[in-house]
Amino acid sequence: MATRGFIGKRPTDGVGDRLPPGQYLTEDFPVLSAGPTPRVGLAEWRFTLKDGVRPVMSWDWEAFNRLPQSKLTRDIHCVTKWSKFNTAWSGVMVDDILAEAGIAAPSEWTLAHAYDGYTTNVPTEDLVGGKAMVATHFEGKPLIADHGGPARLLVPHLYFWKSAKWVNGLQFTRRDEAGFWELRGYHMRGDPWREQRFTGD
Amino acid sequence: MSSLPDIAPQPARLVWQPAAVVAITRETPRVKIFRLKPADWHGFTAGQHVDVRLTAPDGYQAERSYSIGSAPDGSGEIELVIDLIDEGEVSPFFHEVVEIGDEIEIRGPIGGHFIWRAEDGGPLLLIAGGSGLVPLMSVLRYRAQAAPEIPAALIYSARRREDLIWCGELLRRAAEDPNFSLFATLSRETAPTEGIRHGRIDRALVDAALESLPAPPKTTFLCGSNPFVSAASTFALDAGIPFASIKAERYGG
Repeated sequence: MATRGFIGKRPTDGVGDRLPPGQYLTEDFPVLSAGPTPRVGLAEWRFTLKDGVRPVMSWDWEAFNRLPQSKLTRDIHCVTKWSKFNTAWSGVMVDDILAEAGIAAPSEWTLAHAYDGYTTNVPTEDLVGGKAMVATHFEGKPLIADHGGPARLLVPHLYFWKSAKWVNGLQFTRRDEAGFWELRGYHMRGDPWREQRFTGD
Repeated sequence: MSSLPDIAPQPARLVWQPAAVVAITRETPRVKIFRLKPADWHGFTAGQHVDVRLTAPDGYQAERSYSIGSAPDGSGEIELVIDLIDEGEVSPFFHEVVEIGDEIEIRGPIGGHFIWRAEDGGPLLLIAGGSGLVPLMSVLRYRAQAAPEIPAALIYSARRREDLIWCGELLRRAAEDPNFSLFATLSRETAPTEGIRHGRIDRALVDAALESLPAPPKTTFLCGSNPFVSAASTFALDAGIPFASIKAERYGG
């Protein structure tokens, strides 16, 4: 249905085709989270890989930063409608975390866990094959706490709530277990190009 | 019509629907309130928002989220509060073009975290910066109607006196409701106004709000711009409010 009197501000050339439906471009980097920013010290930081309830491997900050370092520069899309282009991240690819642990992904589903109790489920195939990392740096600098530092998951091709801030573990699960927002009506996969914002989209 | 609040969760599937604009109020120099009557509405829960979608004649669309400021009250109508952002795309359209009788496409209600129902209990500490008041006003109005015995305190920070949304109603509620305390503060105003403080939110203001409650808050709701919510959550944590009892909603850069 056309809205009476609405023309809109069109994105400039080269922007529109990079914006998924319903999104607008921002130059800022808005901060979104369901609660306060947790204070996570590097001395107590741990990252744990689990297969079901069984821990496979765990790293402290120093050991984690000795893993192969990679860079990803990607457009990101938040379900609250903003998109930001060319965000530059570095950290450890999920592929390299699995290689270091000496395993292939044991199940189709993964639940990411974070220091604030947040969880989000991501299909395993969206995490492997060069698609996702645990990011420790943004635009060359250590990731600040408001943006998920010391480390956040980065799954840039899905809505950004899947890129769990303050991540402290990945857990492979036997079925697709809904995470924090997914339990509250948000989509289980969250592909911005298919506008999968909410359950049933 | 039932006098009971029409509390409803987010539906299993969110469908776009037309909503008729039934009233428009200029609340402050930069804030207008749009009262909408959605075609097929089954209620909502205080704290939720809706998505709004505008469509141009050539099919171009813009979407935004707006919190509901009215209480779930069985009226089948909702109030959206729209703050004018000069360089924005959607808020100038609402402020300059939308008239009573227009139809706007919406879907909702949305949100299963930043919400409050009477059975969730209290006391409640609400901390709002600017238009972050909107979902918390829905909570306050609903509480007054459904559970006025639950103690509540509101810290509300705005720039100037003229920017306070629903100022008259808040002052009246604070005067009349023995279980509700208001701590309104203005960060850029010098002229004194009775019942309103001056300066930015700080630890002392959070402590004062906590002291007004008969017991520590069961839930603390924070809403506003990111810098405001970051500052307020630091004061709240420093004041001893448990991390897990704080729910935050942030907007803007």
